[in-house]
Amino acid sequence: MSLLESTEVCKRFSGITALDAVSVTVEPGEPVALIGPNGAGKTTFFNCLLGILRADRGRVTFNGRDITRLPVYKRARLGFGRTFQRVELFTGMTVRDHLLVAERSRLGTGRLWKDILNLAGPSAEERQRANHTLDLLGLLNVADEPIESLSLGRARLVELGRALMTEPLLLLLDEPSSGLDQSETMELVGTLQTVQRERGTAILLVEHDVEMVQAFASRLYVLDFGVIIASGPTGEVMDDEAVRKAYLGELV
Amino acid sequence: MSDLLNYIILGIPFGCVFALVAVGLVLTYKTSGVFNLAFGAQAFVSAAVFYNTVTNHDWPLLPAFIVSVLIVAPLVGLILDRALYRYLRTAPAIAKLVTSIGLLIAIPEIVKLLPDFDFLQSSVFNPPTIWPNPFAYYHFGDYVLDGNQVATLISTGVAVLLLSVLFRYTTIGLQMRAVVESPRMTELAGINADRVSAFSWMLSSTFAGLAGVLLAPLFAQLAAPNFTILLIAAIAAAAFGRLTSIPLAFVGGILLGVAQGILGGYLPADSILANGLRPSLPFVVLFLLLLFWPGLRQRREIVDPLSGVDPPPPGLSAEQRMRLLTYTTWGLGIVVIAVGLYVALFVVSSFWLLIITKAVIFSLIFLSITVITGMAGQISLCQASFAAVGSFGTAQLAQRFDLPVLLTMVIGAAMAAIVGALLAVPALRLGGIFLALATLAFALMFESIFVPLDWVSGGVLPTKVPRPTFLESDRTFLLFALALLTVVAIGVILIRKGTTGRYLDALRGSETAATAIGINPARARVVAFALSAGIAGLGGGLLAIQENQANYSANFQVLLGLLWLVIVVTIGARTVEGAVQAGLAIAFVPEILKTLGLSPSYQFILFGLGAVTYAKHPEGILEFNKRKSLETVQRWLTRGKEPPGAEGGEVVPARPEPATIAAANPGGNR
Repeated sequence: MSLLESTEVCKRFSGITALDAVSVTVEPGEPVALIGPNGAGKTTFFNCLLGILRADRGRVTFNGRDITRLPVYKRARLGFGRTFQRVELFTGMTVRDHLLVAERSRLGTGRLWKDILNLAGPSAEERQRANHTLDLLGLLNVADEPIESLSLGRARLVELGRALMTEPLLLLLDEPSSGLDQSETMELVGTLQTVQRERGTAILLVEHDVEMVQAFASRLYVLDFGVIIASGPTGEVMDDEAVRKAYLGELV
Repeated sequence: MSDLLNYIILGIPFGCVFALVAVGLVLTYKTSGVFNLAFGAQAFVSAAVFYNTVTNHDWPLLPAFIVSVLIVAPLVGLILDRALYRYLRTAPAIAKLVTSIGLLIAIPEIVKLLPDFDFLQSSVFNPPTIWPNPFAYYHFGDYVLDGNQVATLISTGVAVLLLSVLFRYTTIGLQMRAVVESPRMTELAGINADRVSAFSWMLSSTFAGLAGVLLAPLFAQLAAPNFTILLIAAIAAAAFGRLTSIPLAFVGGILLGVAQGILGGYLPADSILANGLRPSLPFVVLFLLLLFWPGLRQRREIVDPLSGVDPPPPGLSAEQRMRLLTYTTWGLGIVVIAVGLYVALFVVSSFWLLIITKAVIFSLIFLSITVITGMAGQISLCQASFAAVGSFGTAQLAQRFDLPVLLTMVIGAAMAAIVGALLAVPALRLGGIFLALATLAFALMFESIFVPLDWVSGGVLPTKVPRPTFLESDRTFLLFALALLTVVAIGVILIRKGTTGRYLDALRGSETAATAIGINPARARVVAFALSAGIAGLGGGLLAIQENQANYSANFQVLLGLLWLVIVVTIGARTVEGAVQAGLAIAFVPEILKTLGLSPSYQFILFGLGAVTYAKHPEGILEFNKRKSLETVQRWLTRGKEPPGAEGGEVVPARPEPATIAAANPGGNR
């Protein structure tokens, strides 16, 4: 059974077909990438998967369960983790707080009466798990810094760490390389590979950076004008003459 | 049938005034992103000038009209833009809304203090109309209109015609629309956004002036609250135009007037429905439109796509404080409270004892604003209604069922919490200014429908509340109130530091990211709303016990509720100290002014203009000054030592470059 399966997802915006019967599957633990030129519908598709937009037609199933009509936060609880193209962090919190909030949300043990009885502090176990993730991402030395003082590369890692704390089965990464230079991008690829290997997390990557995609994804979908025009193992798709010429231009 | 037609025609002139106000509101919202609640106050200025020139100085109508509507009104708009809104152009819509609430409170009081306008200090009756013959009636077939109605029809027609010509055929009309999309981008395109915005403010202010002069004769009395309430009614018309469509807002205004005309005609004259429903119709319509009008619900407020380039707001200073300083502050705080308590109980007269008790009770009520505005980041304009629910509950249950007052106070607070939760469930789908407007509509609905009912308020006379015997002495009552305040304050601090507070922090920081880690935004906010309403209700109940009665008109009117909000956000909505200091301010400032022999107007001006600082320092001036002095002290203490936690690398704001923001988030849905 596939982990994520979208079947013929369609989305129209006042006359413009943004997605036309898009079917994508992601197997457990698999690194997959979705590429395509600007305006191809990548972000729309992403938002349909996450529940930020509601698909007009088609189905999305996750772990065998139909989630087409589920709100965003419920999908997150089922095992969706995500990062954002434009970094979305919680202003005024430290790096560690970001992870602890996500951990508390995963456990779902936050109750108002516990707050009032001052029982809401992070437990030793929660702290330890947060430390573990901080260590994995190399963020231990900035753990208690306010988020505003971080560089963009670090900020993306915090987003990743926050997503990981919810123990996702599937990570959806929206252009994680945008705004990063090449060495930072390759560092990020390394981290993602570690995560995927150590935790068996499936990753769906939406990306522009062809080099990053080649280094990371084992399978590839190419989206253009709302239609999947090619899919298959990364190497094969990249070698496909039509894809190269039409959508990757002279970049490769 | 002809009856119906008659009521419709009678409703149209009133609808025209609604339409004028609605068009003016949409105009400022579209061109400056300000949802201008001070519009009524601007209308009041022109009406006051018109009255002064015509009635007090016997000017002919035409020059008086020209001065009040075509000179003073645009001038007010120009001043507001140049002195204020120009600096707020990229501020969030909610900050602009708070600013306009401050102005709504301050402007009429400023007018009263002007040299030639002291006649406004006492009641002013029979405002003049702009029609030359005030007693004339005109027959159109079977229908009769008076002079003022004819004047309203004509001037509305002319004003709207001129406006549509301006928007359709002139460059400035196009530029006005561009400026609101993004002032910064418009300036990049070489358009002087300053000039465009000044012009649009003058234009909308002229509409306010015209509406003011036309409205004045409809009220027997020239008083600022009449204008403000009517203006809020007109928001329903603006909401019909989704706050952005001028033609729809115009139609909405006319429809609203007609609907009121029909209701007035058909409802039996002295029934509850006629007295309650007709005046409250606009608020009911506004409330329902905000909750259920799809065009409005899916619409996000106007946000500058480039707003992301601003650095994020800093955290609370208490969280960056050194431990030594924290202990010092706590120690000093305890000493100050102990000394204050000693003075209150054993030194001052019983009069000041009551003032201090009032400060404590209002501090408790204001903690509700700390929860909803400071923690959840929402502006609620119906905290006074929640407090009133608590107060009525305390009074009615004690009187009817003879329950102990302290128990009914707790039940009253619970009732307020339930009302808060019930309101929150539909209203929280709205964000930002739409939520603020929905709560305002709710507060006005509550005031005009429920408060007059016997089983709610006890009718004309406030319901009596007996004080429990052990609280009969004012000194014990102060101690009791202080104990209650301490318990609630500690609760609020613990909740802020606990999971709920963290979730709300996360939601305020980034709602998309918070939902992406599984936080249920609706639930977190319903909890915050219910908690806040419960605290307000508890405070309202306590106030009722202290005053021996549940007195709505003295304590909980909608406009007073606006004053509460303004005071708290000015002083500091994020912290418990902020609420306490706001409580001290609302109790002491009027008394201090009285002692100094100054007009009570000054307190409204002081707090109203204080709200203007909200846009610059959303955390409140108290928090702002605390951070600044803390930075100075810590720098002084750590002189010569390594600066703590300085990272070697470059410092980049948490948001990336503007190009990505604009591309990734069209409409900036935050």
